[in-house]
Amino acid sequence: MRSLLATARKLREAGVLAINARNCEYTLAYNPRRLYPLVDDKLRTKEIMLQAGLRVPELYGVVEIEHQISELTAFLSKYDDFVIKPAQGTGGDGIIVVTGRVGGMYRKASGNLMSEQEMAHHVSSTLSGLYSLGGHNDKAIVESRVIFDPVFEKISFQGVPDIRIIIFLGVPVMAMVRLPTRASDGKANLHQGAIGAGIDIATGKTMTAVWHNNVIDRHPDTHYPITDIQVPHWDELLEISTRCHELIGLGYFGVDLVLDKDEGPMILELNARPGLNIQIANRRGLLHRLEHIKKHAAKLRDPASRIAFAKEEIASML
Amino acid sequence: MSKTPLYWLAGVLTIIGSLFFGYKWMYMGYPLVPGTSADIWQVEVKLSFNAANEPIKVGLYVPGNNRKFTLLDENFISRGFGLSTVRENGNRRAIWSVRTANGSQALYYRTTAEQFDSGSGGDTVRVMPEVMDHEFQGAEFEVAKNILQSAQQQSADLDTLVAQLVKRANDPADDDIALLLKGDTSVENRIRITARLLALAYVPARMMHGLYMVERRGDAPLEPWLEVFDEKNWRPFDPVTGQTGVADNYLVFWRGDDSLVSIDGAENVQTRISLQKLELEAVEAAAARRHYLSPVLEGMSLSSLPLATQNVYKILLLIPIGAFLLVIMRNVIGIKTFGTFMPVLIALSFRETQLLWGITLFCIVVTLGLSIRFALDRLKLLLVPRLTAVLTIVVLLMMIISIITNHFGIESGLSIALFPMVIITMTIERMSIVWDERGANDAIKQGLGSLLCAALAYLLMSNSHVSHLFTVFPELLLILLAATLLLGRYTGYRLLELSRFKALLDPVK
Repeated sequence: MRSLLATARKLREAGVLAINARNCEYTLAYNPRRLYPLVDDKLRTKEIMLQAGLRVPELYGVVEIEHQISELTAFLSKYDDFVIKPAQGTGGDGIIVVTGRVGGMYRKASGNLMSEQEMAHHVSSTLSGLYSLGGHNDKAIVESRVIFDPVFEKISFQGVPDIRIIIFLGVPVMAMVRLPTRASDGKANLHQGAIGAGIDIATGKTMTAVWHNNVIDRHPDTHYPITDIQVPHWDELLEISTRCHELIGLGYFGVDLVLDKDEGPMILELNARPGLNIQIANRRGLLHRLEHIKKHAAKLRDPASRIAFAKEEIASML
Repeated sequence: MSKTPLYWLAGVLTIIGSLFFGYKWMYMGYPLVPGTSADIWQVEVKLSFNAANEPIKVGLYVPGNNRKFTLLDENFISRGFGLSTVRENGNRRAIWSVRTANGSQALYYRTTAEQFDSGSGGDTVRVMPEVMDHEFQGAEFEVAKNILQSAQQQSADLDTLVAQLVKRANDPADDDIALLLKGDTSVENRIRITARLLALAYVPARMMHGLYMVERRGDAPLEPWLEVFDEKNWRPFDPVTGQTGVADNYLVFWRGDDSLVSIDGAENVQTRISLQKLELEAVEAAAARRHYLSPVLEGMSLSSLPLATQNVYKILLLIPIGAFLLVIMRNVIGIKTFGTFMPVLIALSFRETQLLWGITLFCIVVTLGLSIRFALDRLKLLLVPRLTAVLTIVVLLMMIISIITNHFGIESGLSIALFPMVIITMTIERMSIVWDERGANDAIKQGLGSLLCAALAYLLMSNSHVSHLFTVFPELLLILLAATLLLGRYTGYRLLELSRFKALLDPVK
């Protein structure tokens, strides 16, 4: 019991943000409920981003009703590779990345094949709300597959590596890149076995990397070093993320971005309840940074000053 | 965000809950633990007499509430008679009257009295009672003065004076006393003389009449007792030994020299008092008591509902307790469960199956259901038909298990029918999704977490003390609500998060 309390105290000193505190003090306090649909429905997020002139993966089509599934195969035949995802999915569930075709089958990013029938069933499940928040009826989005920047090619195993930046009151707080591994089955979720590598906000270089709660410096599948890699377009990534604060209005959220080989940074989705694993990937707690931002938020009026603040004061905080 | 309004709300809820709880517990005597049986007697006074076509008026002294006994209910049974109850000199009296009556008549007075564990001491009196007239005259006066003087010489205070006087009043060889008794050697008369002697010493004294509440008695005798006023309150004295005090099971009927019954216009009066101890749960006794102690609370108690509804609420009131446990398990400890309240509902069904059987049957049904659900997966069914199919299979599985266990003579297997099958179906569905998405490890972990929570919730909800407390004192839910509100703003670490984030504390290798 005493050692547990001591651990709790040490974590508190290290500024580790836990789920209760995140919900109470940040998401509930800074994210008005009415704004949630803007980020929970990826179609609406996409719309807002497009209107603002930000890049997102190109929308091929939307499956809204069961009846449309019969036309799905014909519709998909136009595209060699694409991504199908639930409009209101959570935690990366229900996303299928198709990289090509083998005969009448779709080849998924993991290399496994999927029949047209299975695809139809998957879309049907998506529509019935299997992957959506609260099990509501959902839509399935078909969009272009991002061909990710070669910088991550050697340190990701299948799947698409993505960059997560936490934004609080418009200020970038912490960032990481999530690298899929063989164990994560091409998915970029840390608890499914993806690698999380912290990114220095000031420079955009990867720092420590964590895999299954172990600190590593090489990718377990490709064996290439993970640390000290410069993420390209870093300043642009920060700029896009901070602009989302103005566009959506949420106070505390996470931005998921990908780097397309040709088109540069693209917004995948926003998350109004961003996970806490980013702290493990960075080996830093969020709490001190959040409190520091709270203290100075009033004087940070424009995105440029907020990014400067993040680079100068937040990035170096322990 | 300020937590002050939250603390205020929680504080107010706690205070309201505690006040109700304290009032019912301390003042109304609701027991904190189950199964306490109260000391309750039913006392019946039967008056029979012959009427002779004349107006009849019958007076009967009846007991009232006092420090030792509370009357839970009272019945006056008197066909054709008008009834009124009056208060006279601190006594209660029932008066029956009728214009004409003929033949043998019977009147009944019936009451249920509960005994309290109260401290000693009499009832506090605000107004000093008057000293009665001692009525000693001539030779009697001289004798009485002598008796008093010698008693006063041999005593130091009121207690010893009373003891001395009682001792003499009961001395059969004492000629002085014999003169005063005038041949009436009954206890009543001895008490009367003692009281008059005390009046001579300007000490108020009186006789009281009551019953010893014994297990059962067909013809209970009224026992007279002596009461003496000692500047602050009336104190009882044994009229034979002179010792202070009276037995706790002594129920006072009336005080004074009158007899129990007064009757005009009838003859051949017979009185018969019977009493019987009742076996009554303390809760019922307290519920009956609130009628006398607090008419305000009467309509607000659970026991005012019909019995069937009461039984429903006995279970419903337990659900928030299970849910509160889940709040702790999920938000303070950090255990993941399928569905927010699923473990509570499973725990409710454990009440019927008992814990071990419940867990066994739950595991069997979920495992079988899950394997069939995986088999169904290949058919690629739509969501709602798939759920319906799983539900149907769950019901069939439950039936088969019941038949098989019954075949082998295991009775608990029958109670599986009480499992909430919709909940089980949803559990199977969610579990299979987590299994697919996050792997078997996560699915089994969450399944075991749910089962653990359900088992703990069952242990808590089936605890007889807990269920007793919350059914008898539903206002405790207000305190539980306050605690829930406070936990709603608990921003500390969850127990299991400590190990999750512990990696952050290790130095970088």
